[in-house]
Amino acid sequence: MNTLTFAIELAYWQQTTIRAIVGLVAVLIPAGTLVYLFLFKMMSFMQSRLGPMEAGPYGSLQLLAEVGKFLQKEDVIPRQADRVVFKAAPFVVLISTFLLVLVIPAGPDAIFIDIDTGIFLALAVSSISVIGILMAGWASSSKYSLLGGLRAAGQLIAYELPLVLAVMGVVIQAGTLNVQGIVMAQAEGEIFGYGGIGNPFIFTQFLGFLIFLVAVQAELTQPPFDMPVAESEIVTGYLTEYTGMRFLLFFIGEFATAGIFSALAATLFLGGWYLPGFDPSDNLFNVIGPLVLMGKVILVAFLIFWFRFTYPRFREDQLQTLAWKVLIPLSLINIVITGVLKVLV
Amino acid sequence: MSQVTSPQQLAYIAGQAADARVNIELETEGMTLNIGPQHPATHGTLRVIVRLDGERVVAAEPVMGYMHRGYEKLAEVRTYPQVTTLVNRIDWLGSFANEVPFILAAERLMEVEAPPRAKWIRTALFELSRIANVVLFLGDMGVQLGAITPVFLAFRDREFVLNQIESVTGGRFHPNFDRIGGLKDDLPKGWIEETKGVLDRIRSFCDEMETLVAGNEIFQSRTRGIGVIPADIGLSYGLSGANIRASGVDWDLRRDSDVGLAHGELDWKVWTHPDGDSFSRYWVRLQEVREACRMVEQCLDGIPAGPIMAKVPRIIKVPAGEAYVETENPLGVMGYYVVSKGDLVPYRVKIRSASFNNVSITPWLLKGVYVPDVISILASLYFILGDIDR
Repeated sequence: MNTLTFAIELAYWQQTTIRAIVGLVAVLIPAGTLVYLFLFKMMSFMQSRLGPMEAGPYGSLQLLAEVGKFLQKEDVIPRQADRVVFKAAPFVVLISTFLLVLVIPAGPDAIFIDIDTGIFLALAVSSISVIGILMAGWASSSKYSLLGGLRAAGQLIAYELPLVLAVMGVVIQAGTLNVQGIVMAQAEGEIFGYGGIGNPFIFTQFLGFLIFLVAVQAELTQPPFDMPVAESEIVTGYLTEYTGMRFLLFFIGEFATAGIFSALAATLFLGGWYLPGFDPSDNLFNVIGPLVLMGKVILVAFLIFWFRFTYPRFREDQLQTLAWKVLIPLSLINIVITGVLKVLV
Repeated sequence: MSQVTSPQQLAYIAGQAADARVNIELETEGMTLNIGPQHPATHGTLRVIVRLDGERVVAAEPVMGYMHRGYEKLAEVRTYPQVTTLVNRIDWLGSFANEVPFILAAERLMEVEAPPRAKWIRTALFELSRIANVVLFLGDMGVQLGAITPVFLAFRDREFVLNQIESVTGGRFHPNFDRIGGLKDDLPKGWIEETKGVLDRIRSFCDEMETLVAGNEIFQSRTRGIGVIPADIGLSYGLSGANIRASGVDWDLRRDSDVGLAHGELDWKVWTHPDGDSFSRYWVRLQEVREACRMVEQCLDGIPAGPIMAKVPRIIKVPAGEAYVETENPLGVMGYYVVSKGDLVPYRVKIRSASFNNVSITPWLLKGVYVPDVISILASLYFILGDIDR
């Protein structure tokens, strides 16, 4: 069901072009917003400094300056590197990011592909980035990169499971794997007979939301789970040998994935594009839906980045202990409770 | 088979064994990793060669000397007042404290004594430079463990201390203010009140670090029980300062020796910790900053009136003899062994700096830990590269 419908019928190539541009915007705009809002500004305020102030009003154009800087830099490839793999790695990471954005709805019709196993696809493609990171770590032919790549692989695989299990609770409650269906289930649900604000799953799946946030933090390799890029230990892990454009691609991938995982969390737990007080089938949501979603993304991303700027990092074995001994049992308990209540209520 | 006794040879053989080590079940082999000399965590140019089995350290060896500047030799061609310019740069974060033991050694040789006012101001500046030094450690430890925020707060609040040091001495980092027989100048007007405000800031910074860093669960899980130094091992490696006090050894030269500073007349406490791990080293330093604040405050209240300079000749010629003076510097015990032949210049200056000994325990300490703990243990030992290599 491809529902990018327009008042006028467009040719296939026109639709494809529009989709490509919208996809690019949907990935880059949240990424840029997060970088400016949180990495540049919030972090600076938390650290009692101003952050970028010169480029544009309050440094809002600093991002463009940074991108320009990276584009000008020389593309250094280590002599002993596996050149093909080295060059391909950032694109593999970006592919996972771009595939993730496909299934996240920004309105009743504003969705790239509306498939019945949407959330399943999202969780599946999010693992592709592991391959890219492992490629980068291996191909750099640097010991620090290798350590970083291996750490990343172990970490991302360990945290894939709590991520999936945290989403399971939502899926059970909504009764569908379709992301649009999950949003509608929240929009049309009611809390103890009161349907004024729908039923955002954060109330019933609060444990799932927390587990999801922790797992996302680990998936994004952000503090307190940033061992793969731990700059004080292994320089910057798999990023050590990357410069210029390729580093920028990794950087975009990191923050775009942060934005998209926040959007996923907002969709699954906060009601997605739905704003209470309106009819969810209203065509209005195709216009304001993206803005509502963006607002919720910023809310979730604030939490993610707040942890990032405050916490020291775990050690590798402590991270695995947390995943296997705490998060996975907790999420299994969450699933059991959700399932029992689903059957009983 | 001949006996191998040389430590270098032993270390080499151990390294070869680690490299060639094959885990029969997993078919893994060791890897040698050079941490440094260019590495974000060593804040300077320390190089640690670690041999790894997976992420576990089999053998670690610190390589020093990348920053050797030959101060001991340079001191032999400088007159006594000129030497303070050199020794300022040994521990560059608490530089005034470097001058004090050298000046005290020279004073002992010349048999002059600074007037009481100079002693008290010296003590105040000595403790202020300790604050400026250790405050940075309190934030930097967070960075080494991945928390970026504390170090910015540390730089922010250290700035106020440096401002106070600058307004007295004229130098933020390298005061070069201590003179044989006293001090260069008296305190500027209004300095005492300003400094009291700064001390309040430092105290609130300490409270902040106690909750933000030391109270953090992740920080505790990363540092508690990691890098444990038993007291006897620490003493046999010549550890000093907060590193040995964190192992439960109640030894502080400010209290235990009288070298001519005003510490004996102040009311303060030597903090120790029984555990000897990274966390206790952090905790002891945190308490020491608080104690230093108390000491400076008492100094400010109790500075006696009088001259700041004793009667010394204009051209300083130190009579022949030898003197060794050590003080409890921010990083640990720092001592100067000055040999004079009655010239304008010292015949020989031997500098005993704390970080050299503190780092020398790393081969023993780093065995069997993980790579992330290498960084946290090195950070908790708290060395300054200039203090290692001189």
